[in-house]
Amino acid sequence: MADLCDLPAHELVAKLKKKEISAVEVLESTFRRIDAVEGRAPSTALYTPQPGDETKVHAYISLQRERALERARAIDALIARGEDPGPLAGVPLSVKDIFCVEGTPSTAGSKMLEKFVAPYTATPVVRLEKAGAITLGKANLDEYAYGSSNESSAFQPAPRNPWDLTRVPGGSSGGSAVSVAAGEAVVSIGTDTAGSVRQPAAFCGVVGVKPTYGRVSRYGLIAFGSSLDCPGPITRDVRDAALMLNAMCGPDINDSTAANVPVPDFIANLNEGVKGLRVGLSPDYARIRYPDPKTGELRDVDLPDDIVAPVRRAAELLARAGAEIVEDVPMPNTSLAIPAYFVVSRVEAASNLHRFDGVKYGHRTSAPVENLREMYRKSRGEAFGLQPKLRILMGMYVSGAQYAKQYYQRALRVRTLIRRDFEAAFDKKGKYRCDVLATPTTPTTAFEIGAVYGDSVLMQYADLLTVPANHAGTPGISIPCGLDTNDLPLGLQILANDWDEATMLRVAAAYEQLTADEPWRRVRPTVLEH
Amino acid sequence: MSDEITPELFAHLVELAALELTPEEGEYLRGQLNGQLKAIHELERIPVPDDVPPAAHGVALPPEIRPALRADETRPCVAAEKILKQAPEAEEGYFVVPEIPHTEL
Repeated sequence: MADLCDLPAHELVAKLKKKEISAVEVLESTFRRIDAVEGRAPSTALYTPQPGDETKVHAYISLQRERALERARAIDALIARGEDPGPLAGVPLSVKDIFCVEGTPSTAGSKMLEKFVAPYTATPVVRLEKAGAITLGKANLDEYAYGSSNESSAFQPAPRNPWDLTRVPGGSSGGSAVSVAAGEAVVSIGTDTAGSVRQPAAFCGVVGVKPTYGRVSRYGLIAFGSSLDCPGPITRDVRDAALMLNAMCGPDINDSTAANVPVPDFIANLNEGVKGLRVGLSPDYARIRYPDPKTGELRDVDLPDDIVAPVRRAAELLARAGAEIVEDVPMPNTSLAIPAYFVVSRVEAASNLHRFDGVKYGHRTSAPVENLREMYRKSRGEAFGLQPKLRILMGMYVSGAQYAKQYYQRALRVRTLIRRDFEAAFDKKGKYRCDVLATPTTPTTAFEIGAVYGDSVLMQYADLLTVPANHAGTPGISIPCGLDTNDLPLGLQILANDWDEATMLRVAAAYEQLTADEPWRRVRPTVLEH
Repeated sequence: MSDEITPELFAHLVELAALELTPEEGEYLRGQLNGQLKAIHELERIPVPDDVPPAAHGVALPPEIRPALRADETRPCVAAEKILKQAPEAEEGYFVVPEIPHTEL
């Protein structure tokens, strides 16, 4: 029998409400798993590998066991009194350490914020906790969410992939995906700026959702790319993702981009099936422009069969269940999404990082300084890692007065073209009239630790298939769709129109049910087999 | 091909960015910037017609779906003390900083 910490949230909540189990038991089961697989606490000290580091997953930057235990007891007390404990009652939640949670260190994976203790809690976390979820720790991530492998965190040892400990978990929400895959949390909340929820979810064999931009408040999120950032759930199955979205979504007085759009009950229509829905397939998500790993030159390549075949197969299964397949949906600007992202995200990152100046919070140099300007330079030089520095410098360059037209303005206009690809695919009166698009989530499965890190161009291209939806603002989900020849998880991405997460979740849930009995679903991450 | 970001331009960017770098960091970062710019030049591969406007973000957020702005009234900060506690140096409710360089106007 599976441990409690391995069950999906909706099963735990049902058992809890029937009083078959208690919230404290669920939490203790999760703590036992953490004790078994997590490994030593990470630190910002110069990393020296220690024996045993390579056998653990290292998902967390900090754990809040006491805070969690208190909340679990409170949930159990509510249930004992016959009160409704909420739709996520007692569900252990890991929170990507880019969200402020009051009273916890909220580090963004950076030395800059190593000692920062959040004075308030981010809106989506407030809402999940109000629904009964129990925050038990802050998950590791790429520094300031700048990466696709989680290797750039200032807190080392960095997370490892539970399916193969020599490989990366993806990023930037790497610790979040690892914690859910390894049973160190039941659900997690991450952020997706170019694929940072969907890509690690794909690499770790779990579900990850990027909602529509504006669906979930960004208040209390340490900002990266303000026009792209979306908080999103990471879960074991689609139903749990729907449960979390029910709790997280909706307007917020503290975020003027959190839109005043009605939030449907994402559970209500989850099992309605796909009859009559139009599922689009695009050749532009199968043949891609990608840097040669050796020379760095961009060239057009066909994605390997390992990656593409499961998408075709998913389409066939959905067709048998009543969906219409729309072939050859053109998404011609897909290959420009990374170049445009290199510009837009860097400008926004540079702007957002100016606030870290050693004055109001965060690291201040202890070296003697002559004046304020020198204090800025030394503090930022000491506390930012290579990725933030790289992004600030690029952001300064491409938005500089004499270069902005050539770079920043052009990138924003290319973004319009990318957006138009989606509008044409989803146009109800157009040629294709797709309800969703089905694509691979990533161009590869999880790569080896150290194989890409250091090459910031190749690393960025890991987000090639996820970032177009961030430019367009449209929602996307990654769900497990099998294992490759190395037994590494593969991700199927379902993309939908603005505000139509409900249809996207329905298609994902249908696929999940259609493949429920397939043998790959019974294979567990290797770290759980010891 | 010569580097788009020369050592001189790089030094200027570092100054603008208020960073202090070791020589090794600088060498690595300048190389990466030039590598990324090669990818960025892909944006010039296609014509972008003049009537294509820039997109500040993807999803249209017209006024009717933006949360109404709250009234412009002062509200007490509930966490002022906690916020000040995060400051590297604070005194009587003020942030303390080193000498601010004076510029002759």
